[in-house]
Amino acid sequence: MRICVCVKRVPAPGSKINITADGQQVDTTNLGFTTSPHEECAVEAAAQLVEEHGGEATVLTLGPAEAEEQLRYAISVGMHRGVLLATADGEWDPQRTARALTTAITELEAVDGPFDLILFGNESADAGGFQVGIRVAHALGRPMVNGAKGLSVADGAASVEREADAGRETYSLPLPAVVGVKEGVNLPRYPTMRGRLASKKAEVASNQPSADAGGLAEQVLKSPPERTSQTIVLGTGPDAAPAVVDVLEELGVLS
Amino acid sequence: MILVLIEHDRGSLAPASLEALTAARTFGDAVEALTIGDTADGLAADLEAYGVTVVHQAHDDVLGDYGPEAWGEVVAQAVRALSPAVVLATGTDRGNEVLAQAAARLDLPFAANAIELRGSADADTLDMTRVRWGGSLLEDASLTAPTKLVTVAHHAVDAAPADTPGAATPSLLAVEIDPSLARTVVSGRVEREAGVTLATAPVVVGGGRGVGSADGFAPLQELADELGGVVGCSRAVTNNGWRNHTDQVGQTGTRIAPDVYFACGISGAIQHWVGAMASKHIIAINTDQQANMVTKAGHAVIGDLHEVVPAITAEIRRRKSA
Ligand SMILES: Cc1cc2nc3c(=O)[nH]c(=O)nc-3n(C[C@H](O)[C@H](O)[C@H](O)COP(=O)(O)OP(=O)(O)OC[C@H]3O[C@@H](n4cnc5c(N)ncnc54)[C@H](O)[C@@H]3O)c2cc1C
Ligand SMILES: Nc1ncnc2c1ncn2[C@@H]1O[C@H](COP(=O)(O)O)[C@@H](O)[C@H]1O
Repeated sequence: MRICVCVKRVPAPGSKINITADGQQVDTTNLGFTTSPHEECAVEAAAQLVEEHGGEATVLTLGPAEAEEQLRYAISVGMHRGVLLATADGEWDPQRTARALTTAITELEAVDGPFDLILFGNESADAGGFQVGIRVAHALGRPMVNGAKGLSVADGAASVEREADAGRETYSLPLPAVVGVKEGVNLPRYPTMRGRLASKKAEVASNQPSADAGGLAEQVLKSPPERTSQTIVLGTGPDAAPAVVDVLEELGVLS
Repeated sequence: MILVLIEHDRGSLAPASLEALTAARTFGDAVEALTIGDTADGLAADLEAYGVTVVHQAHDDVLGDYGPEAWGEVVAQAVRALSPAVVLATGTDRGNEVLAQAAARLDLPFAANAIELRGSADADTLDMTRVRWGGSLLEDASLTAPTKLVTVAHHAVDAAPADTPGAATPSLLAVEIDPSLARTVVSGRVEREAGVTLATAPVVVGGGRGVGSADGFAPLQELADELGGVVGCSRAVTNNGWRNHTDQVGQTGTRIAPDVYFACGISGAIQHWVGAMASKHIIAINTDQQANMVTKAGHAVIGDLHEVVPAITAEIRRRKSA
């Protein structure tokens, strides 16, 4: 089967997210970059499905030239080739991103045939738009379910499980289909030495996308109010246990 | 007019919907509601108290159970028929999914998880503050569209009835749903087992990389059992395969709100913190006094969790038997 996975390069902040002086971006000085966690699981799901059913998987991203790093990482854990839609003007809004991804997927399918499955993350870690995958699926006329915590393919259909208030729900989507996955659907593997070598040699195509902007515009980023706390240190080591239990008694959790 | 999508599961109201209804009233415009499927017809009575003037009800064979494409198509047809200035839903999994589906069908922009809406509903542009990074960061954004599709972040607004109830007059909305959209309707389910969950537990004993191994969680489990609580963990733990992802607290895990959260060997990265910050009291146990979790906690013990946690359990048992 043929699978396409859409991933996004995002910074990996530590204890706090700093913002640039103009309020337009996350200050990435001294920060590493990563792929959104849900999308790492989408990559793993694609790798497992290809191992089970044969075929190949393409990883696609829209972002700065440096996003090639995330494509090569995905290749090192089982994707076969990468496609970079290189932008030079910062983050694109969700409609614009979806339009560019749809065009790119349509072009890839025109050359090599349709993807049986296109995978997204449930939401991107940074923008959290909850929509790019759904827009692409609609533009392609394919069924789409977001939030997958279970995914398997059999008899021309993708079986999707997800969590709801009442329990686990299942969906059965005829292929070709689009699925947005959530972290926890699987445990992503780490690259092997062989995977790392393959990722160095693999083909990564780069195109300049163009698409019209949509109607959601970011004005400025800000930090939420911080919860400051005068931490009471109850002690050092096991000797602090009675003081901890005193606190639990005060809070009424020791019934 | 503000149109609010009412989320329900085969006729039982999702209380989260009342948050969007409450937010909708802040515009001062008429608030109308949309319920999808005839199983939801009975909900009209519940919506009166929230100031709803009209409840638009959509019926179709495909709408017997939840389906993101069919529900999104109903919202899109409601927008075409009723031309609301704003469509609101609560930013649950379903709320975000349905409005994104509707936005795709209408080729309109959509903003997920707003915590504040500013200005008049009828203006060309709606200004708002919305959540990024699962709440670690906020964004002032503007949404420009004839109908503004927005979800209100879950828990950002406390649901409250209106000062004056609305008539909540039922009105049938004529919809035409392509039967092929049944392809994404729920096809089966497994009901949840009863019992405390990570999201609802009164006490959570969380472990991070400092726990060191899967076996290292046994003493944390004992402490949790002693307090009627459950075990949680950081992503470092899940990535190492020490605990299942169902135990993960944070941006891409579960949001917890216990009376007490023990954070053992967890550094307190921002993505973990957003999942834990609704805890009423935090007790951090860490070898590093400078760890972010320690400086943000109300109480802390500086030391090796492998010694401190069993000592706390022993002390609880001692007092219980005294
Ligand atoms: C987009 C994104 C989403 C993410 N989502 C999540 C999420 O949902 N949840 C989440 O948890 N993380 C999430 N992360 C990961 C997060 O950034 C951190 O990497 C992770 O939380 C670190 O886990 P940790 O605190 O257990 O490990 P570390 O940061 O390695 O901290 C270990 C701590 O244990 C202490 N310690 C070590 N040994 C002992 C001992 N014997 N006794 C006591 N203390 C000890 C150390 O002093 C240190 O403070 C996300 C990251 C990204 C980029
Ligand atoms: N720039 C991008 N490049 C590739 N995929 C993306 C991009 N932005 C978003 N996506 C995909 O769309 C999903 C939803 O994104 P969002 O609508 O921003 O929450 C993400 O989890 C990714 O799989």
